[in-house]
Order: sequence, then structure tokens, then C-alpha cells
Amino acid sequence: MLNLALTFSAILFTIGVAGVLFRRNAIIIFMCVELMLNAVNLTFVALAQQLGVGGQVFVFFVMAVAAAEAAVGLAIILAVYRHKQSVSLQNMNLLKDG
Amino acid sequence: MLSALLCITRRNPVASALWLVVTLFALAGLFVLLDAQFIAVLQVLVYAGAIMVLFLFVIMLLNLGRPGPSDIKGPAGVLTAVVLASAMLFLLKPVSQTTLSDAIRLPAGTVAAIQQQQGIVGSVAAPLFEAYLVPFEIASVLLLAAIVGAVVLAKRKL
Repeated sequence: MLNLALTFSAILFTIGVAGVLFRRNAIIIFMCVELMLNAVNLTFVALAQQLGVGGQVFVFFVMAVAAAEAAVGLAIILAVYRHKQSVSLQNMNLLKDG
Repeated sequence: MLSALLCITRRNPVASALWLVVTLFALAGLFVLLDAQFIAVLQVLVYAGAIMVLFLFVIMLLNLGRPGPSDIKGPAGVLTAVVLASAMLFLLKPVSQTTLSDAIRLPAGTVAAIQQQQGIVGSVAAPLFEAYLVPFEIASVLLLAAIVGAVVLAKRKL
């Protein structure tokens, strides 16, 4: 069960990374980041089953930070949308030279 | 896993978000199988409930639900993503084959026994309020800061 869960977690994390790499919509990229956080949570829970409940406490903190990050991130996306009328990351080149 | 794949390949952000919900529910089921019932309940409440409602709300608010041009990058971008992702999977493979030595590993059923003894919520709450009290308080301050920050950022005029 442990190795199965760890394999699944690795695959899920990779799917999240691939999603971040090949989408342009800021919201979808955000959802992929949540997917990666969840993959890590799965690792924590799987190891907590073998090593004690400390891992489950840590998952609790990861969830709290993820919730905070989602709220602030979506507020930023809203503000950027209001400014540029777009959520595509292609249009966000303010820092780019030229 | 299939739902996670669908989540990143759907063109419509709403469909993508709903597939993510399916993924999160599947993960909650896995948590139950791994002796973490409290975390599974938390997963359904916090992720599938709160965070996904937030995502769907923003998608609807920005009126992105209508079919538009795809935001998926061109063939070169997809190829790069697939190559990098498979390289990453290759790197993660040894990690997923870890075997824990018996010296650090608890005897089978220990976590289940602790849960029997202290209750499912109690077994997580006891370390949370004793050993991890300071991080817990810091997390509460972090959430407060996030609430204030989100309100300030989403305000129309600063």
C-alpha cells in the first residue's frame, strides 16, 4: 500500500507539473498547483500510516497554507483581470525587456 | 489519476475545475484507506468544498465559462512539457520504491490502535495542540493575513 500510494503521488505531482507547463490560463495553472500540493499531502498521509500521526498534523498545516494561498492568488488574478481584461499569462509581459 | 489527466487537458476552465473536484474526492477516498479519516473529511470540506467554490466563483465572475480560443500551448510547448514531465517521473521513481527500515517503522496497526484509543479526531488533535501549538498559532495568523490581503487586493479602488 505504501509504495502504491507513493507511486500514485509521484504520478499526480508530475501531472500537476505538466499542467503548469503547458497551459496558459492563470486559473488552470493555479488548479495544477493545488494538484501538486495534494500529491504531497498523499505522500504525507501514506508515510504517516507507517511512521506515526505527525504526518497527518503536517497535512493539516499544508491545507491551511493552501487555503490562504488560494484566496490571495485568486484575488491577484481578479486584480490582474480588471487591469488587463485577460487571465492568459501570455499577456503578462510587463517585466519583459522591450 | 484519469480525472487528474482530464483536469489539465480540458479546454473549458469549468470542466477542468469539476474534474479537479473528482480528483480531490478520489484522494479523500485514498486517505480513508490510509488510516486518515479525519484528513479525508477535511479534504472534502476544505478542498472540494471551500477552495473549489472559490475557483468556480472566480471563473464565473470573470465570465470564462464560454468556449474561447484554447489556452493550451502549441506543439512545441506540449512536447517540452511532456519531455520535462517524463524526466521528472523518472527522477521520482526511486522515491516511490522506498522501503522503510524496520528500525523507524511502527509495527503494523499502530496508528489504527492510537485512533481506537484517542478517537479519530483526537489522535490528530493531541499532537496539534501540544507539540505543534506554536505552528498552529502561526497558521491562524497566516490565515488572518490572507483574509485581509485578499480583501485589499480584490477591492476596486485602493
